Amino acid sequence: MIRDKGLASKLWRFAIWAVAGLFVLNLAGVIAVVIINSFATRWLGTWLPAGWTTRWYFDAWSEFQLSDVVLVTFEIVFTVTILSGLLGVVTAYALARRDFPGKKIVVLLFLLPLLIPTLTYGIPLATVLYQFGLGGTFWGVVLINLVPSFPFVVLVMIPFIEQIDPRIEAAARVFGAGTTSLFVRILLPLLLPGMLAALLLVLVRALAMFELTFLVAGPTTQTLVVSLYYAVFASGVRAAQSIDAMAVVYMVTTLFWLVIALQFVNPTQIVTRAKQQSAH
Amino acid sequence: MSAPSLRSRLAAQGIDGTTLLLLPGLIFILALFIYPFAFGVIDSLRPKDGGAWYANYAKFFGDPYQYGTIAATLWLALPVTIVNLALAVPIAFRVRLMHRQRLLTTILVLPITLGTVFVADGLLTFLGPRGWFNHVLMLLGILHEPLKLTNNYWGVFASLLITGFPFAFLLTLSYVSGIDPAIEQAAATLGAGARQRFQRIFLPLLVPGLAVTFCLSFVQAYAVFPSAVLLGAPAGPTRVISIAAYQAAFEQYDHSMGSAIALVMGGVELVVVVLILALRSLFYRGPAGGTKG
Repeated sequence: MIRDKGLASKLWRFAIWAVAGLFVLNLAGVIAVVIINSFATRWLGTWLPAGWTTRWYFDAWSEFQLSDVVLVTFEIVFTVTILSGLLGVVTAYALARRDFPGKKIVVLLFLLPLLIPTLTYGIPLATVLYQFGLGGTFWGVVLINLVPSFPFVVLVMIPFIEQIDPRIEAAARVFGAGTTSLFVRILLPLLLPGMLAALLLVLVRALAMFELTFLVAGPTTQTLVVSLYYAVFASGVRAAQSIDAMAVVYMVTTLFWLVIALQFVNPTQIVTRAKQQSAH
Repeated sequence: MSAPSLRSRLAAQGIDGTTLLLLPGLIFILALFIYPFAFGVIDSLRPKDGGAWYANYAKFFGDPYQYGTIAATLWLALPVTIVNLALAVPIAFRVRLMHRQRLLTTILVLPITLGTVFVADGLLTFLGPRGWFNHVLMLLGILHEPLKLTNNYWGVFASLLITGFPFAFLLTLSYVSGIDPAIEQAAATLGAGARQRFQRIFLPLLVPGLAVTFCLSFVQAYAVFPSAVLLGAPAGPTRVISIAAYQAAFEQYDHSMGSAIALVMGGVELVVVVLILALRSLFYRGPAGGTKG
């Protein structure tokens, strides 16, 4: 490793760490403020609140009907994850294994939803879903969330499938494996690590996906992040602590899955994997 | 001799049972992405109140309250993207030399996964007139009275910084780590100082990656929506174009106008991205690895 000695480069290094440190400090502040406020009896203009309480969690739980919201959130997010996994792996398998005329156009089709701003396709898509009577329904929310998640799985899985040697499949065929047993006994075990990583990434993204869910969600199909938005939007109506308690519930749910996801993927992959793919 | 069957002729083209696995996914994308998009284009050309096919666009570009949103969005998204990248590059260069990057990258991935709504909620308290941020600055004697940082331009700016910087940083880091360290060592051996190594070695190799990072960070900042409403002044300086599109489609129930604004939004973004990528093509293109190629 190269070490530069000299005052200027020491100062430069110090400045860089100072900026990075300040950023992390402010970020920690933003998160801490939400957590502290959710446990505060009253917090106005002082360093720390006047007293501590857990009552806001009970308040938020009943006021925002959080048990329903959490249940709906998980139903939606898991359905999106499973469907985009099924569709995505099958599609990625075909794209990874075969070269056919027009393949470039097909790949471009799968890239587009990740490149075009969400609202640009979200507004016409939501309009179409409303016209088909799917607006505000469970399946409407699932369908609109599948549009970015499913291509994401395809793009993560293509390189993963390409690195599995096709001769393994050929060998299984030679030994008389049918399509089903080829899939269940050969492909599935080989694909599992990649699928797990891709699906966990989709899960974390779907939990935080605001814009698209917001466009079609009805009163009974709001996910946590959409309910949180409405609560903050109408922040005069409810106690700020109650809203922050809900924010903490949302944070804990998201972080739970993030921690699990980080066992299998590198943090940089959460932004880079599909993005780098799409860059070329 | 008979001609090969249709099946084997198709198989020679790469079309067989496996290729057909593509169909469900393809049908899905055509039905839920291409069809709605085409629908949006046609819908935007059929104004709700009748009139010429371009009436929606004429209305948008004829009303300063509407076309002003383009400038408002760019005025937020471009400076934020430049600041994010200007911070991300030097920090990524330092972090590249760290052995334990994982802790830092995990911390930085938090705001991305928590999303803009959560960050907006936290910033409302944190940056508020009695929040910690103003408190600390006043304690240090930098300020005498609290700055107004929420419900205006700076609130949205801060939220885009908190979610956008980690994004730009993680992307830059993956590009920087992709450059073979032997190249830098060779330059140092030949007597290049830190500044020269950056300007003459790293920068040319990084330009393509930085252009892509710039585009992707810009796309994120440009699409700002929840934080512009919650932390900004959605009727004034932070009335961004996504708010205009949303209001037209879902508050005035004019999906034709909503689609038109959404398409203008996509078009403006495309122009910026194409400009950036055109600038990039003026620079060096080639391998960033040290292998003979």
